[in-house]
Amino acid sequence: METLEYFLPQVWFAILALFLFLYVMLDGFDLGVGILSLTSSDEERRGLLMTSLSNIWDANETWLVLMGGGLFGAFPLAYGTILSALYIPILTMVFGFIFRGVAFEFRELSNRKFFWNIAFGAGSFTAALGQGFALGSVLKGIKVDETGHFIGSTWDWFSWQSVLVALTLIQGYVLIGSTYLVWKTEGALQETHYKTAKLAAWTTLIGAVLITITTPIFYVSARSRLFDRPLVYIFAIIPLVGVWLIWQLLQSLNRKEERAPFIWTILLFLLTFIGLALVVFPYIIPTRITIYEAAADPSSLVIMIIFIGFLIPVMLFYNLYQYVVFRGKVTGGSYGE
Amino acid sequence: MELLSNTVALSRMQFALTAIFHMLWPVLTTGMGIYLVIVEGVWLKTRNPDYYYHARFWAKFYVLNFGIGVATGIPMEFQFGTNWAPFSEAVGNFFGSVIGFEASWAFMLEAAFLGIMLFGWERVNPIIHFTSTILVAVGANLSTLWILTANSWMQTPAGGEMVDGKFIVHDYFQAILNPFMVNSVLHMFFATLETSLFVIGGISAWYILNNRQSAFFSKSLKIALAAAIAVAPLQIYIGHLSGEQVYHYQPSKLAAMEAQWHTTPAGQPADWSLIAFPNDKAEKNDWEITVPNALGYILEFKKNLSEPVRGLSEWKPEDRPHLVGLIYYAFRTMIAIGFFFAGLMLFSTLQWLRGKLSPENISQQKLLMLGWIFAAPLGYIAVESGWIVRCVGRQPWTLYGQIRTVDAASHLPASNVLVSLISFASVYTILFIAAMYFGSRIVRRGPNLELPIPSLEISKPAINTTPGEFVPDERPVEAEQ
Ligand code: HDD
Ligand code: HEM
Ligand code: HEM
Repeated sequence: METLEYFLPQVWFAILALFLFLYVMLDGFDLGVGILSLTSSDEERRGLLMTSLSNIWDANETWLVLMGGGLFGAFPLAYGTILSALYIPILTMVFGFIFRGVAFEFRELSNRKFFWNIAFGAGSFTAALGQGFALGSVLKGIKVDETGHFIGSTWDWFSWQSVLVALTLIQGYVLIGSTYLVWKTEGALQETHYKTAKLAAWTTLIGAVLITITTPIFYVSARSRLFDRPLVYIFAIIPLVGVWLIWQLLQSLNRKEERAPFIWTILLFLLTFIGLALVVFPYIIPTRITIYEAAADPSSLVIMIIFIGFLIPVMLFYNLYQYVVFRGKVTGGSYGE
Repeated sequence: MELLSNTVALSRMQFALTAIFHMLWPVLTTGMGIYLVIVEGVWLKTRNPDYYYHARFWAKFYVLNFGIGVATGIPMEFQFGTNWAPFSEAVGNFFGSVIGFEASWAFMLEAAFLGIMLFGWERVNPIIHFTSTILVAVGANLSTLWILTANSWMQTPAGGEMVDGKFIVHDYFQAILNPFMVNSVLHMFFATLETSLFVIGGISAWYILNNRQSAFFSKSLKIALAAAIAVAPLQIYIGHLSGEQVYHYQPSKLAAMEAQWHTTPAGQPADWSLIAFPNDKAEKNDWEITVPNALGYILEFKKNLSEPVRGLSEWKPEDRPHLVGLIYYAFRTMIAIGFFFAGLMLFSTLQWLRGKLSPENISQQKLLMLGWIFAAPLGYIAVESGWIVRCVGRQPWTLYGQIRTVDAASHLPASNVLVSLISFASVYTILFIAAMYFGSRIVRRGPNLELPIPSLEISKPAINTTPGEFVPDERPVEAEQ
């Protein structure tokens, strides 16, 4: 029993990390394309951008819904505390989702597409911004008492650190969105996104460097963990691998490769993600409440492994199948009918 | 105003607003999903292109609803954490898991195969396409199954007990199969199906009345009617069972639904109030019209009750639902609509049997067609009314008998909730207007009977390998209108 009480929360931490990673990667390019659409000047291009997402945006977003449901069931305390503490960023994200979600259909049916273009682009931006602030303040730590209940104030989530994280996340989304478009489009559109990808690779790098430097300086709790052996070796390697990946990415963009940039970007995301997960673990409400304290009953966690965990391969399979069905370049600028 | 600084009241209003609005969209995605399976199946079997065009035409409404359904569903899920954190923490063990099951069983399935269903006509072979359509419908209905399981458990929490403010589950299957679960899932399942059938029938009737493609739309009307022959009476029967389960498990809700202020002991007949003006303060009905002895017949099919019907005055005001008038009339509205549907179905069936619905004659059935058009929005009203009975009638409890609504709400600054509530109200108003506008536009444009028909060659490869064709069907000229 003792070991189960450690093991099960760890399994759920890993499953939720997987969901969150899949979400950030998949909806990341989705939101990135949305943000990029704000910069494209003509209607045909915007049509192409939205077509490239039409069949997948909802499945991608569903990873977040799944991760939310999993967090609710596996760590109910964290679900309540984090979401209510981050009321404003979470609702910001939610409203962003509403606008971009309905924009897909409404734009297709509308004669005056302008309004829905803005809804799509600005909605994507707002959703990403909300997520960035939420992520930033979770990493920074949420003020709770010893039972894990929020004792901070409404605006706690707003700090220069969370601004930094939010801006970097948006850059990251623009990067992965650009490389996705490089992969899915051709001609002038692809040309443009080679450029935006390069630009975003640099801005993401700057953000990442700033975060990497400031994290150990300003987060006392993180500092002690970062310099613990054997983790310190891992944390020493991560930035090096990161720089190498960015270099590979820029190279592949220069060589005008079509798929490689997307794959390098995914690896970059994965690396960052592993780094963050190691910083956070074993906390679920950094820096006070561990996964063991916030976990639901072991019996719940087991039931959830049976009802959700075993479905993960199936979900991955049919999602992949979808990408296979719709592989190839996007050509038509409309997805209606 | 006091209300504006009361976080609990504002959170309740926000939940009610967002739930009522969200509920408008899944109705079609779950119910019409089944309809799309039927028409595509008929097309594959008969190879009559009309059914293919039906599948394409109604799918347009499907996506419109789907998009808004997803966009408004996400706020629902997050609100449990943002506005009902103590509740989430207390019931996460069970309720949270079920919300997770819904995402993994239902949403993902629906979302992943919807792409193939909508855009895959030329990309996959007909069998795989048909399978995708089925999986989309299964996904949507699984979400009814899980969300209604979660909600039923809030009505009749079973399978465990509250220990130190947390619900500890002893038996998950007992919690899932809580007393309300099976029947509520069925009632909701038939509600979405019935509403969708009358929406499809109503829109078809509009075309027939306007002499646009009458023959084509008489087909969809007849499919809807044929299904309604089974669904409309069944829904009344299942609704009746819902009433019985409320009688046994939630007496204070039943008292509010029937505006009964005073207890009728077992062994006695009870009057049923047909119309009344309930007065919360005076604890009585200011006036009412009653049907003598009818309540016994309604609840138990006999004159004298074997269990007492408890009256509202048995509970202290803080322990019973308020807004009795709302609950009472919402309940009656739902029932009236249920019977109206059944009546319309019976009359239409009669005309059908007399040959009045054949393509040549159907345009003369003006009154009948008007009846169907009138019925189109009624299902929504019944669905919303049913939910108002269920959720407002559950008060003052969020988890019936265990967690009070006041203890379930997050301690947020009222100003935050006020701002989000106002934002939801304004954004949803815009969405509603836009959806109505675009929906009516789909209706006005009508079906596109020029779309190329995909080949029914099953032997072709499962996935089309021609590269470079992402969108199979170019948007036809009519879209430029
Ligand atoms: C008829 C049954 C029904 C009911 C009572 C509800 N929903 Fe719903 N919901 C659906 C049926 C549905 C659906 C048909 O399955 C939707 C619409 C479009 C979709 O993808 O799924 C959906 C969408 C949807 C989504 C978006 C899913 C996605 O991203 O794919 C969420 C998070 C919720 N719902 C959550 C809720 C919550 C928390 C509810 C209760 C308060 C609720 N729904 C009531
Ligand atoms: C004469 C027919 C009907 C009767 C007697 C009836 C009865 C009931 C009762 C007693 C409830 C409350 C259950 C509770 O609070 O737990 C309910 C809920 C509900 N009703 Fe009905 N109903 C009828 C027709 C309809 C129709 C026609 C629709 C929609 C098309 C509908 C949709 C709903 C919904 C969506 C709910 C809430 C969810 C649920 O309990 O499943 N009902 N109904
Ligand atoms: C099926 C999933 C649903 C769940 C899990 C659910 C749960 C809840 C919760 C947690 C609350 C707030 C706490 C409370 O007031 O007790 C609530 C209130 C409410 N819900 Fe539901 N709900 C569901 C569906 C719906 C739907 C579809 C509607 C309407 C169409 C609805 C109408 C309402 C209303 C009107 C209230 C406010 C009641 C009041 O505070 O007086 N609910 N529900």
